Amino acid sequence: MSGMQIVFLVAAAITLVSAVLVVTLRRTMSSALLLVLTLLGVSVLFVLLQAQFFAVVQVLIYIGAVATLILFVVMLTRSVMDTSEPQVHKNWWLAALVSLVVFVALVVTLSSWQAFPQVQRAIPADSGENLAALGKALVDPNGFALPFEVASILLVATMIGAVYIASERKGEE
Amino acid sequence: MQTFLSDPVTAITIWLQTLLFSWGIPAVWVQLIMIIIGSLIVCAGAMFFVLFLIWYERKVIGRVQDRFGPNRLGPFGIFQTIADMLKIFTKEHITPLGADKIPYNLAPVLIMGAVLMMWAVIPLSKTTVGADLDVGILYLVAIGGLGELGVIMAGWGSNNKYSMLAAFRALAVLISYEVPMVLTMLIPVMLSGSMSLNGIIAAQNVWYIAAAPLAAAIFFISQIAEVGRAPFDVTEAESELVAGYNTEYSGLKFGMFYVADFLHAFTAALVFAVLFLGGWRGPGAEQIPIVGFFYLFLKTMLVHFVGVLIRASVPRFRVDQMMALNWKFFTPVSVMLVILISLVDKAAALSQEIWRSLLIFAVNGVVFLVSFRLLDIFTTRKERPSVVTRQLPVAVGAPQRRNPESGVSS
Amino acid sequence: MIPLSWYLIFSAALFSIGLFGVLARKNVIGMLMGVELMLNAVNINLLAFWSYLYAGVNGLVFVAIVFVAAAAEVAVGLALIISIYRRKRTVVPDEVDGLRG
Repeated sequence: MSGMQIVFLVAAAITLVSAVLVVTLRRTMSSALLLVLTLLGVSVLFVLLQAQFFAVVQVLIYIGAVATLILFVVMLTRSVMDTSEPQVHKNWWLAALVSLVVFVALVVTLSSWQAFPQVQRAIPADSGENLAALGKALVDPNGFALPFEVASILLVATMIGAVYIASERKGEE
Repeated sequence: MQTFLSDPVTAITIWLQTLLFSWGIPAVWVQLIMIIIGSLIVCAGAMFFVLFLIWYERKVIGRVQDRFGPNRLGPFGIFQTIADMLKIFTKEHITPLGADKIPYNLAPVLIMGAVLMMWAVIPLSKTTVGADLDVGILYLVAIGGLGELGVIMAGWGSNNKYSMLAAFRALAVLISYEVPMVLTMLIPVMLSGSMSLNGIIAAQNVWYIAAAPLAAAIFFISQIAEVGRAPFDVTEAESELVAGYNTEYSGLKFGMFYVADFLHAFTAALVFAVLFLGGWRGPGAEQIPIVGFFYLFLKTMLVHFVGVLIRASVPRFRVDQMMALNWKFFTPVSVMLVILISLVDKAAALSQEIWRSLLIFAVNGVVFLVSFRLLDIFTTRKERPSVVTRQLPVAVGAPQRRNPESGVSS
Repeated sequence: MIPLSWYLIFSAALFSIGLFGVLARKNVIGMLMGVELMLNAVNINLLAFWSYLYAGVNGLVFVAIVFVAAAAEVAVGLALIISIYRRKRTVVPDEVDGLRG
C-alpha cells in the first residue's frame, strides 16, 4: 500500500464519517461545521486527482462562500432550531433504504464497466489542469462560450433574485 | 562561499539535501523532511517576528498619541512583548458555561493557521518561495475564507451574545470587502498574465502601484477591512461589543487571536508589496537574491507603517457606513476599473511597457476623477427648508397662571 | 496507484449520504447541506473521469459550471430561507403550508 493510497483512505474515511454526521446530527450548527470538514476532505481528494486548481477553488467557493453562508443562516435562525426532537422525518428509514438502494445500484452498475478498475491515469504525472486551455475553451465560440455566458447570466439572475427576495420591503406587515 | 553569501537559503537547502541523501534516506522522505523543516522555520520565524511587530506598533501608536509607548523593559522597551507573552502563558484558561467546546477551542488555531498558511506562497526573494503555486492569488483568497470560518466558530462557540453579534458583523464585513479586494487583485493578474505570485513579480518592470494607483488604493483599504483594524474595526468595537468575537477567550487562546491580528496586518502589507510594489525587485536583486529579501522587507515595512498610522489617527466607521462605502463605492469602482483596463489594454495592444503603463495610469485617472465627481454629486447635502417658526413653541397642558380668564390652573 | 474504482465508490457513497440528507431532514437548511454533498460527489466523479480517462478540458468546464450552479443555488436558497423565516418564523418546509386548500 503506497503513501497515496493511505492518504486517500484517511481523507475518504474522514469525509464520509463527517458527511454521515452532517445529515444525522440534531444540532444544525454542528452539522454545518462538519460540512466544512467534509468539503475540506473533498478538496484533499481533488489534490489526489491532480486537480490543484479545483482544490483551491473548492476551498474558495465551497468553504469561503457556500459553507460560510450556510453558517450565517444557521446562526440567524437559531431561535427556531429545536434540538429536543429528532431532526429527521418519522419515516426516515424509507429515505435510508432509498439511498442504500441507490448506492448499491450505482456500485453494481459501475463495477460491470470495463474501465472501473483502471489504475493508469490519462493525465501525465506531476501536472495539474491546463489552465490556459481551460480559460481559452471557456471563451471559445466553438468551445464553451455559450455555457459560460449562460452561467454568467445565471449568476447575475441569482444575485438580483437573492437581493430582491431577502430585502426587507417597507410597508409590509 | 560566494553562493552562500548571495543566496543563503538555496545554499543551505542544497547542503541539507545532500547531507540527507548521503545518509541513505529515500528521495520522497528527503522531500518531505525538507518541506517540514521549511514550514517550521517560516512559522517560527513569523511568530518571533510578531514579538518585534507588536512592540513596533505600540511604539509608533504611542508616538502618534504623544506618549512614549512601551519604555520600561530593555532599551526602548523592546522586551516588553516578551514579558507580556510570559504573562499570557501563565494565565488561566477559562471556558465559559455552555460553550460549544470543539469550535471554541479550534477557532484560535484556525485563525492563527489561516494567517501562517498565507506565508507558504509568498516569494521572499528570487529563489526563496515555499510553494510557487500556479494559482497563488486564488490560494491567498481561499485561505482568507478559512480565517472567516475561525471568526464564526469563535463567535458561536463562546455562547455569548456579544461574541455572536461581533461574529455576524465580522462575517458581513469580511464577505463584503472580499469583493473589491478580489476585483482589484485581478488587475495585477491581468497586467502580468499570471496568477502565480512570482510570475506577477517577474512581470513588474513598472510597479503596478505606478500603473494602477486607484486599484492599489482600493486594494489597500479593503485589506485593512479584511484584517479588521481601525478605522474598520467594527468587529471589536469595544464601546459596542465588549471586545468582539474574542470576548470570552483568556490566556494563550486570547494570545493567539492577538498574535494573529498583528501578523495578519503584516502579512497583508506583504501581499500588497508583492502585488503592487514589485516584491523583491530592485537594483541588484536578480544577481544577489538576499538583497531582494531586504527590498521586500523595506517595502513591506513602509506599507505596514502607513497602515499603523491610519490605525492610530482615523476614527472608527459605523458598520452601516462601512457597508455603504463598500457596496456603493468600492465595488462599482473596482468593477469599472477591471472592465475598462481589460478593454483598453486589449484594444491598444501596446508592446512598449512604459506606454502600456501610462495608458493604464490614464484609465485609472479617468475612473478616479469620474467616480469622485459622481461621489460629490450624490453626497452633497441638499439645502433643506428651514423648520424654525416665528413663534416659540408652547408646551401643551402647561400651567397658564397668567391668564386671568381661565381661573383654575391645572 | 489509486484505482479509479475507489473514487467512484467514494463518490457514490457521498451521493447516497447527501440523498439521505435531502429526503430525511425536516429542516430546510439540512436539506440544502444534503444537496451540497450530492453536488460534491458529482464533482469528484467528473474530476476522476477527467484524471483517468479524458485528459481534455471538457470535464473541467463541467466542474466549473457545477461550481457556478452550486453557488447560485445556495445564494437563492438561503435568501428564500431568510425570507420565509422572517414571515413565518420557521425553517421547516412542512410548516409552510399557507397554500393548502
